[in-house]
This record gives sequence, structure tokens and C-alpha cells, in this order.
Amino acid sequence: MTTDAASQAPQTTGTRLVDLFEHGLDAPICLTWELTYACNLSCAHCLSSSGRRDPRELSTDEAKAVIDELEAMQVFYVNIGGGEPTVRSDFWELLDYATAHHVGVKFSTNGVRITPEVARRLAANDYVDVQISLDGATPEVNDAVRGAGSYDTALRAMRNLADAGMKNFKLSVVCTRHNIPQMDAFKAIADEYGAQLRLTRLRPSGRGADVWDELHPTQAQQRELYDWLLAHGDRVLTGDSFFHLSAYGQSLPGLNLCGAGRVVCLIDPVGDVYACPFAIHDEFLAGNVREPGGFARVWRESDLFAGLREPQTGGACASCGFYDTCKGGCMAAKFFTGLPLDGPDPECVQGHGEKLLAGRPEDRSGIPKPSGDHSHRTSPPRPREPVLVQLGRRADMDRPPVSACEENPLAGLRIT
Amino acid sequence: MPAIDLDRAWDLHPQVSVRPEPFGALLYHFGTRKLSFLKDRRLLEVVRGLRDAPTARDACAAADVPASDLPRYGAALGALASSSMLVERTP
Repeated sequence: MTTDAASQAPQTTGTRLVDLFEHGLDAPICLTWELTYACNLSCAHCLSSSGRRDPRELSTDEAKAVIDELEAMQVFYVNIGGGEPTVRSDFWELLDYATAHHVGVKFSTNGVRITPEVARRLAANDYVDVQISLDGATPEVNDAVRGAGSYDTALRAMRNLADAGMKNFKLSVVCTRHNIPQMDAFKAIADEYGAQLRLTRLRPSGRGADVWDELHPTQAQQRELYDWLLAHGDRVLTGDSFFHLSAYGQSLPGLNLCGAGRVVCLIDPVGDVYACPFAIHDEFLAGNVREPGGFARVWRESDLFAGLREPQTGGACASCGFYDTCKGGCMAAKFFTGLPLDGPDPECVQGHGEKLLAGRPEDRSGIPKPSGDHSHRTSPPRPREPVLVQLGRRADMDRPPVSACEENPLAGLRIT
Repeated sequence: MPAIDLDRAWDLHPQVSVRPEPFGALLYHFGTRKLSFLKDRRLLEVVRGLRDAPTARDACAAADVPASDLPRYGAALGALASSSMLVERTP
């Protein structure tokens, strides 16, 4: 979930915010809205398997109708993503429409469309925040995951935003095995451009499932990250995504709660509503904004969300002394690694997840696949096995056929 | 958290949006991008009444806050003021 804002909520009274949120709210606090599956990049770990536009994507008018609903529900702001949302030709129109209707916008981008002119326009709107994605503090580490040239694109966008006077935009990093040693370098980049660093967790969602085994941080790196996060407190945002690390001891700043269906949800490009941005699977599909009653009805009445708002029992984790802080971790991470939802997180810091991961069948059979795949068909090239070709003779031909141009008068003669 | 001066005039920051919830309300500040919450409906009533009350004390009285609860409400309003959710208003 992504509740950067909530993580800074003052504890005005003895009541913990998290206790109020467990039962769900009349409207989401942080709503993620992916505007398109189209993307100029093909990041190896894309959580929504984006690449190609879906022909069923919401039209401009349908998107505006969703914004009208969000305004009526008093959703403070939406996190717009994709795909690459800025490749939609009506993106700037929708952005202006949302902010004019009191729905703040924070959008994630790889920076491809953040020209100096766009940057000036964004800096002038108080209700817009920008999040630039970068997954390596050096081109080598970043481009290996996000594609050639993507580091330069992101830094150019940051330069343009900084030059336009945009303050405190976000530098958003998905933490991987290769960039955990670069945390200080990321912080330095953010500081240089007047941005705020935001770190999030790599989930085995979308194409992330294909690379999770090799990219997710090691146990030692998780500890390193936890210590780093504690040292930097709420100056570094996390979208509350590392609450499973709280089982190391002290809670990290934030709600430390799985907000799926309670305070967050996802609207995907075709209007499907999922419990969380990392759970694009029929199992977590609550409805569609095109149905009668629209988004509000899905949020308030779907059986799936009602179930998620029930008190959770903890299952296999109930007897663990750390259950109160980590709450069993991330539902999507468990689901897409094939672990039971009422058991430990695959990256459980007490090591309970590792044991379960090791016990999965070798061929990974039975692990759920994401419901959709909009990946580019050609890029990145899928790993190919060599095609084995066997050369031999056809049983019905004992010699090559005779060419029509053969001049030998005895050509084709068979003497049996 | 220091309580606010109950005898001055206060108001919500113009960039703050208030959303009532079953437990009270959520507040979101578009300038600081911070979220806060009001833990009961009476506090919500006080906050909403600030604009038209000559002082915060009057807003509390209009929302029927018992005198014994005034320090508690003053502290809650103080917390909101320290995160710029509330600003002093020149009457």
C-alpha cells in the first residue's frame, strides 16, 4: 500500500490510527489508478506487466466520470501510474480536470515526457506531485532492470523539475539486491535535485514474479535496509511498504498495516478495481467502475472488500511474538510466491517464509499467474532455448528429387 | 503537545480538506501533503465551527464541549496547529 501521507499523521490522541483503519473507511485514502498499460519501457520487474495499450482502456469521458466520483467521495488524492501514464494523449487534460475538481494527483513516471515546459506547468500546480522512478543510483544498476537509457531519462526529468522550481517531488526506488548498497547514493541524488527519496518493496507481482527470486534482497540486506530506514526516520518515505521489517524490533514510521481494500485499492486501465496495486489477479478483483453504481459501490459493497475488512486471525503466524508488528506481511507477496495467505511473508525476517519457499515444488506448479499480460511482444526478448533440429532422410525418398532443369536424359530413371 | 491559545481566532488552513468518517474525520493538507485525523465527531464540530467563532473557546462552547474537557480539546487543536492544519485568523 502507499500511504506516505498517513505515515506522517500525528497521534493526536491515544487512539492509534491503524485501529481505526482496520475496519475500512467510507472512501480510500490512497487510491492507485493506472491510466494505461502502454509504456515506452519494459522494466524486468513491472508489477502490472505493462507494455501495450489495452483496447478496452477507459476513454477520456469515462476517466472524467471516475474523477467526478472521487470528488464526491472526497478522495483527497490519487496516485496515478501505469504503464507510463504520460503517454496517454489526454493525460494533461485529465490531470487538470482532477486538480480542478479537488482531487490531488501524484503521478509516477519514468520521466520520458517531463520536458522543461511540462516541468514548469507541473511546478505551478500546488495539487500535483511527481514521482520519478529510478531503480539504480548508477546507469549500470538502473538500466539492467529498467532498460538502456532509462537512467539518463530519469535524471533529465529531475533536472527539468528542479530547474522549474518544483520542490519535494519524489525519487521513487524499488529496492533490489543490486541497489540496497546504493541507499546513500540515492539519498544524495534526491538531495541534489531537491527531491524526497521514497523507497518501496519489490513485489513478485506482474513480471516481478519472473525476476523476484534473483532480485529480492537477501536476509542480510533486509537488515541493512531496516537499519538505514530507522536512521533516516520519516525523512525517507516508504509508502508503508516495509512493515514486514518491523518484526526486527522497533516499528518503522507509518501505519504498519496491509491497507488492501481497507484504505487503498487499485483501479486498472480498463476500470477493474483490485484490492491493491500489487494484486492484479481475479482472486482480488472486486468489480469494475463501468458497472452500475460505479467505483463507490465497488468500494462500499463488494464482498471481497468486506472480507478484507474483517479482523484477521493471523493463522500460522498467530503464535509468533512479532505478529502484532508485522501482521503477517504482504498479501500479494505471499500470493504470487505461492505461500498461504494466512501464513508468513516470503521475506519474513524471522526466517519462517524461507522455509516455506524452499518447500515449494521444483517446477513452481500451482503458483498463481497474474491475470493479464500487456508486455511488449518483442522487448525484452524472452529467453530462448536452442531449437534442436534433427537432420535425416525421408523414408519415402531414397535420393533427392530431380530438378526440372536437369539435362541428363537418364535423370530420374529408376531401375528396380 | 502545547495547547493553542483558546482565546484567539483560528481557522482551517485554506489548503486543508476535511472528510467526515464514522470515527470522526480525516484531514488532508495539500500543501504539506500530510494526513491527520480527528478522533471524534465533537472535535470535528469544533474544527468546523472555528471559522465563525470569535475564539476557539467559543467554538468549543458552541459544540457543547464540557469545561472539564477543554484542556483535552485545546491540546488536540494544538496538535493540529503545529502541523499547520489550523492557522490563526485575524478577526
